[in-house]
Amino acid sequence: MKQTPQPLWLKTFTRQIQHGDVIFRALTILASLIILATFVAIGFELWQNTTLAREKFGLSFLTSDEWDPVQQQFGALPTIYGTLQTSLFALLLALPLGLGIAIFLAELAPTWLRAPLGYVVELLAAVPSVVYGLWGLYVYLPNFVKPTAQFLNGTFGFLPLFEGPVYGPSRFAASLILTIMILPTISALCRDVLLAIPNTQREAALALGATKWEMISQVLIPYGLSGILGTAILGLGRALGETIAVTMVIGNNRDLSPSILHPGYTMASIIANEFAEATEEIYLQALIEVGLVLFFITLALNVLARLLVWSVARRTPSELRA
Amino acid sequence: MQFKWTLGIAALVSVALLASACATPTPGAQPTAAPKAGSIAINGAGATFPFPLYSRWFYDYAFVDTAAKFNYQSIGSGGGIAQITAKTVDFGASDAILTDAQYTAAKNIQMIPTVAGAIVPTYNLKADDGKVITATIKFPFTAIADIYLGKIKKWNDPILAQANPDLKLPNKDILVVRRSDGSGTTYAFTDYLSQVSPEWKDKVGTANSVKWPVEGIGGKGNEGVAANVAQNDGAIGYVELAYAKQNALAYGSVQNQAGEYATASVATVQAAMSDFGTNLGDKLALSIANAPSKTAWPLATYTYLLIYMDQTDCVKGKTVINFIKWAITDPAAEKSATALDYIPLPDAVRTQVVKKLGQVTCNGKPIQ
Amino acid sequence: MKSLTNSRRHFRRRKLTNAVMLVLCALATLAAILPLVWILAYVAQEGGRFLSVEFFTQLPTPVGVPGGGVLNAIVGSAMVVAIAIVIAVPISIVAAIYAAEHPNTPLGIALRFGTDVLSGIPSIVMGIFAYTIIVLPQKHFSALSGGIALAIIMTPIVLRSTEEMLKLVPRSLREGSLALGASEWKTMWQVLLPAALNGIVTGMMLGIARVAGEAAPMIFTAFGNPFLSADLDQPIATLPHTIYVYAISPYKDWHAKAWTTALVLIVLVLGLNIIARAFTAWQLKKMGWR
Repeated sequence: MKQTPQPLWLKTFTRQIQHGDVIFRALTILASLIILATFVAIGFELWQNTTLAREKFGLSFLTSDEWDPVQQQFGALPTIYGTLQTSLFALLLALPLGLGIAIFLAELAPTWLRAPLGYVVELLAAVPSVVYGLWGLYVYLPNFVKPTAQFLNGTFGFLPLFEGPVYGPSRFAASLILTIMILPTISALCRDVLLAIPNTQREAALALGATKWEMISQVLIPYGLSGILGTAILGLGRALGETIAVTMVIGNNRDLSPSILHPGYTMASIIANEFAEATEEIYLQALIEVGLVLFFITLALNVLARLLVWSVARRTPSELRA
Repeated sequence: MQFKWTLGIAALVSVALLASACATPTPGAQPTAAPKAGSIAINGAGATFPFPLYSRWFYDYAFVDTAAKFNYQSIGSGGGIAQITAKTVDFGASDAILTDAQYTAAKNIQMIPTVAGAIVPTYNLKADDGKVITATIKFPFTAIADIYLGKIKKWNDPILAQANPDLKLPNKDILVVRRSDGSGTTYAFTDYLSQVSPEWKDKVGTANSVKWPVEGIGGKGNEGVAANVAQNDGAIGYVELAYAKQNALAYGSVQNQAGEYATASVATVQAAMSDFGTNLGDKLALSIANAPSKTAWPLATYTYLLIYMDQTDCVKGKTVINFIKWAITDPAAEKSATALDYIPLPDAVRTQVVKKLGQVTCNGKPIQ
Repeated sequence: MKSLTNSRRHFRRRKLTNAVMLVLCALATLAAILPLVWILAYVAQEGGRFLSVEFFTQLPTPVGVPGGGVLNAIVGSAMVVAIAIVIAVPISIVAAIYAAEHPNTPLGIALRFGTDVLSGIPSIVMGIFAYTIIVLPQKHFSALSGGIALAIIMTPIVLRSTEEMLKLVPRSLREGSLALGASEWKTMWQVLLPAALNGIVTGMMLGIARVAGEAAPMIFTAFGNPFLSADLDQPIATLPHTIYVYAISPYKDWHAKAWTTALVLIVLVLGLNIIARAFTAWQLKKMGWR
């Protein structure tokens, strides 16, 4: 949405002072600055505490698949690869699913069903990661993920993406558990995005003879696009940073093969796995540097996502949002 | 239109607070529940392996010394060492032996062995007729090292087949399962492998986390290893004895240095401790892997408490020392340990620990 | 909408697409409910037998001692989550107002990227951060440091959802209010925020659910405590950390307690969610918004 036109601000300037608007403005700026300062402080801490590791490994930290705590040689490539593959695959599954749920909850379900169904979906968010991890390990993995993986391998095994052997713990398993975990974030917030769209938009589309789906796909989704992508970014963030649940089902193997059915590793997992028991300074720094790299990867993915939004938004007729 | 809805936000916050207010405790339900006036709160942190035993000991000790309030949290051995070095805790705990650098950094701390634990190889293997092999598989001296090095790849490898003539070991790939998280269990396991296999020592070494020659599947925690073994036919893994026994996992016997096949138990681990019992040294810290006597279980390790040799708070210091004395000498404490599948110290080691505890000071003065 | 040209076949295809997509949406909802039911059934089955009044009113017991509960962790979780709410919610909402009003200023852009990146940092790193800036200087673990770690984790969720919801409030609503002579902040407080309130509450609840279930950042901050404590400056137990500690032990007794604790945590978060929703609906009704 565009900023309020400048002249309005100028016109109301004098009144603003009388009504405490200046204080209000200052407060919003202050809060923003506090959050930014925290962000910068975390980045600074990560940077500050990795000096040794950055000097010792340089850029090879990003390109090496060596991870040897005994010889103190560290490279993050397999974990970077695993993090990207699992979280993007999870987002790919969760975004359409979540949007579908949101549409059902906001537009299709009978009114009496909406609130309880909403609670049910949000309840998924209330399940703690460690429970997802244990359930994933004991139940989801053997009873759903492994058979599915075996089916994919049996049917599409000629594709590098679905190469065997299939053990169960895999980047696929991690993606599937992440999908469930980010689903409530995406569906609950998308539902609210849809609900916040004024009814005039729906009425106009329907009056023009659009079917319900056409109204949803051609009017509501473009109108709420920024919000929908915002929730996707929150979901992606959750997927990138998830630790315990992923660690329990991914197999923690520095595998670099294209197959999603192979065991893998993620950046968050390696930190969670090894931080508590790491003692040497350079080892600890290497683990923190993994966090630092994740910091930059998240930043890069967000820039990409925003560019995507802008390019899509430019093609969306702006009259829709008036 | 007043600002009433802002009350809503405030109310939400108070709902969370309310939860704590509603849950007013029922005092006196348990002896340790209500902190008494003048009670001594002591915080400790470290190894995960002894956590169930320590929490049991601290619970029981509160009946012995009603003022003592021990709070032990399992943040990992590395964490325990780091915290006692940073002086954020009153005592630490570690499964791994401190390096010289760590000793220097932590300044005048002492390792105190409390109990020992055993590690066992666990497996899940179906014979060719499709039945799960429940019999104990025998692992010759270097077999486990060779499996984890990737030199033994099949279950019917001649080395394994010769040692187990009664079992029809199938022609199946071995899937290696190991801990993914840094762990004292891995430390003890790789310590053992380094001692029996020069190649392992040379290529991999001993640590809480290592670069595995065969990565297989990394499971988080004992339960991660156990679950992955259980879900894959042909898998082998290593877990703590307590975990294997409590969860009824199949575990193998291992050929020890004397050439005998041993099975993990209180007696065989105590035999290993006794083998090294007389020369613990001033640090009271010693590897007990690959013990020489005929009955010894080769995959064993001590777990240690870390204490300041010169305490700064004399009341806390005295409580900690008295507790440790109770834990390693009192029959009730020993009974708790064996009930939970930990192995109590043999007498030779016990005497050395008690002697060392007598040397702890508070601000330079003797404690008792 | 060029598809409005009217050939009969075209029309039938549109009808078909409509039906198929709507059914798919319903199926997606089902696909989300299945794992939830599966998880809850499993948690209830594994942990149900320990569920009793004592579980809520007693302190933990070690393996081999019968009884025992997680009172310390219920109180502790309530405390650290309350600290997180008190810190994160006001700041996030106020900052979200700025971000929604000024999306293209340098501060607005920096804020958006900052929070998006924050949302992707693993929670354990937040724990390490809180440990470094609070626990290490103070030389002891505390409930406060845990609450602050959780507040940082919660901030991006509340901020981003609030921002998106505010941006969706039709501009006419705001202009109407300003035209009637209301000041900027009065417009925000009495028109825009209430209009977006449902979405904001969703964001809050998602944030609370997320942090209430975090175990990893608690280890180096709140630490844990087998005793009942309400002291901000002392170590404190939390429910997810208790689940974790029980679950990684070898003993069946503690495994069952881990699941029971999980059940307690899920039900508490759900309860909070329902109360918050009901309260929001009631407030909005009173103000004449619904």
